[in-house]
Amino acid sequence: MSAPVTDDVVLRVNGLSTTFYQAGRPNPAVIDVSFQVHAGQTLGLVGESGCGKSATAASIMQLLPPLARIDRGEVIYHSADGVVDIATLRRDGKRMRSLRGPEIAMIFQDPMVSLNPVYTVGWQIVEMIRLHKKVSRSAARQSAVSLLGQMGIPDPERRFDEYPHQFSGGMRQRAMIAMALACEPRLLVADEPTTALDVTIQAQIFELLKQQSVERSMATILITHDMGVVAELTDRVAVMYMGRIVEYGRTQDILDDPQHPYTRALIAAIPQLGRGKDQQLVAVGGSTPDPYHRPPGCQFAPRCPLARDVCDTIPPMVEVGEGHAMHCWRLSFDD
Amino acid sequence: MPQSTRRATKIMDKVARAVPRPAEPDFGITKNSHRAMRKLLRQPVTLVGVGIFVIVTLACLFAFLIAPYDPTAIDMTSVLKPPSLEHLLGTDRTGRDVLSRILFGGQVSIAIGLGSAVGAAILGTTLGLLAGYRGGWLDSIVLRASELFMAFPQIIVVLLLVSIVGQSALNLVIIFVATGWGSIYRMARSVTLSIREEEFVMAQRALGIRPLVICFKEILPNAIGPIAVNITLSTAMFILQESSLSFLGLGVPMETPTWGNILNAANDLRVLRDAWWLWLPVGAVIAAFVLSINLIGDGLRDSTDPNLQG
Repeated sequence: MSAPVTDDVVLRVNGLSTTFYQAGRPNPAVIDVSFQVHAGQTLGLVGESGCGKSATAASIMQLLPPLARIDRGEVIYHSADGVVDIATLRRDGKRMRSLRGPEIAMIFQDPMVSLNPVYTVGWQIVEMIRLHKKVSRSAARQSAVSLLGQMGIPDPERRFDEYPHQFSGGMRQRAMIAMALACEPRLLVADEPTTALDVTIQAQIFELLKQQSVERSMATILITHDMGVVAELTDRVAVMYMGRIVEYGRTQDILDDPQHPYTRALIAAIPQLGRGKDQQLVAVGGSTPDPYHRPPGCQFAPRCPLARDVCDTIPPMVEVGEGHAMHCWRLSFDD
Repeated sequence: MPQSTRRATKIMDKVARAVPRPAEPDFGITKNSHRAMRKLLRQPVTLVGVGIFVIVTLACLFAFLIAPYDPTAIDMTSVLKPPSLEHLLGTDRTGRDVLSRILFGGQVSIAIGLGSAVGAAILGTTLGLLAGYRGGWLDSIVLRASELFMAFPQIIVVLLLVSIVGQSALNLVIIFVATGWGSIYRMARSVTLSIREEEFVMAQRALGIRPLVICFKEILPNAIGPIAVNITLSTAMFILQESSLSFLGLGVPMETPTWGNILNAANDLRVLRDAWWLWLPVGAVIAAFVLSINLIGDGLRDSTDPNLQG
């Protein structure tokens, strides 16, 4: 399950902050987020609903809603022909559009509605290929069929001419991945790609993503709230809470030795197979604060078993191991 | 018992045949079009509409083969003759054959109606897609402009414009397009507003597809049903408008035969009373043709509107 570890960074996010404006009130959805994604590797963005995972992805793609803005920070994308800071690009400008697809592609949560119902699946993939590459229609058809085959769609020749409604949910997500991969992106952003699918299909889709990412030495950002998926698929993890990354590091390190109280709580909340139905599930106590009435310091402090007075000021990002950092005061406690 | 077994099988067969096969979920327009067509042709009223439409259109289209006379040939020896074997629908005040004039006039009238409807649909749909997708100032300006045109009684605006740009068939089409794009624009806009929020549009954007391509290739096909309905219904409306303008003497120049120009002869009480063949047949043709288009339009709406799918 281990990817060839290379050190060519594809995307480096530095101090990214994005604010959503709702009813005139600013809601900082992403605060000072930094991470890197390497070619052929998968970064997991984990956290509960509303923690800023999807907003981070939308910032990287410049697909934010009209009333949202990147305030600070850089999103440095290392393309084949030079380095570009996505955060400074115009949202629907030419440069940004030319990045979407052939450089950075994105797949969404719900495959049921991600394909245009009025065209055949094959037609949509062919369009995508021909949009980014100058090839003949028949050549594009050939590569679309082989792409569908690679995605594990049986009888791709016949499936090519079918409409999205004739595909099952899992098949549609495969078709959607085929569409995204048709542009041969160097970075794939997958925003909870299996939320709408059942568990067995989820595993297949993740397997497929992993395999494609390794084969194409493509970098992947996988957004999920499922710790199991993180353990299975990712090389690095960024755990997010209320817009901030609270813990960041190699997946193995974080799973073996979680440092931030929130990460610990998340991992403790996973039911263990084999322990039977009577096992104690340790839910994270309390609920996420109202984004408009945030705690002054550490966002997790009100729910944190270790919270002290110092937690009312914003904690620093502290190194706890090689490439492993957390956003917590805990280590400065005297006892 | 073999006897009863056979009977049971028979009954089972009957039941199997009676139970309709589960319909496939159907979201695609292209797939839908077959079903829409089947459904369209199963409605007897629509079939009547299609029948009248096809007969009148073909007769007008092949007027040069069917028409017994030149529609503009003046024959002062037979003026205001009632229908006879020689002139099936009689002659008008300058001895021109009424049947020939109706057939040739139909060409111009249908061309004006259809041309205006298609023109208005192209203009309205393009503006609706672009302004609806982009939003912002473009959308507000176009929206206000369409409201401006729709607020005035259309016939008054048309009369005004005719008096400015002058009478000709082409001018009439231009005026009809200029005054008629509003309704289809608003329809295309509202469809765009709802479809642009669909996730597949976001997915297309995330894969780097240009806004123009998204408008015309992704959104437009989802709106093609209502647009087709609108084109048929406005064709009928424009044919009626042409007829009323020409009847008032403000439409197509009098020397060109159109249904309205033929009807123009009837603005004389003597003609109304004594020469029924000058206005009754052409009036009937206009009424029947407009009715047929409306029937087709209604049928089309019933068979394509997803809200009316049973």
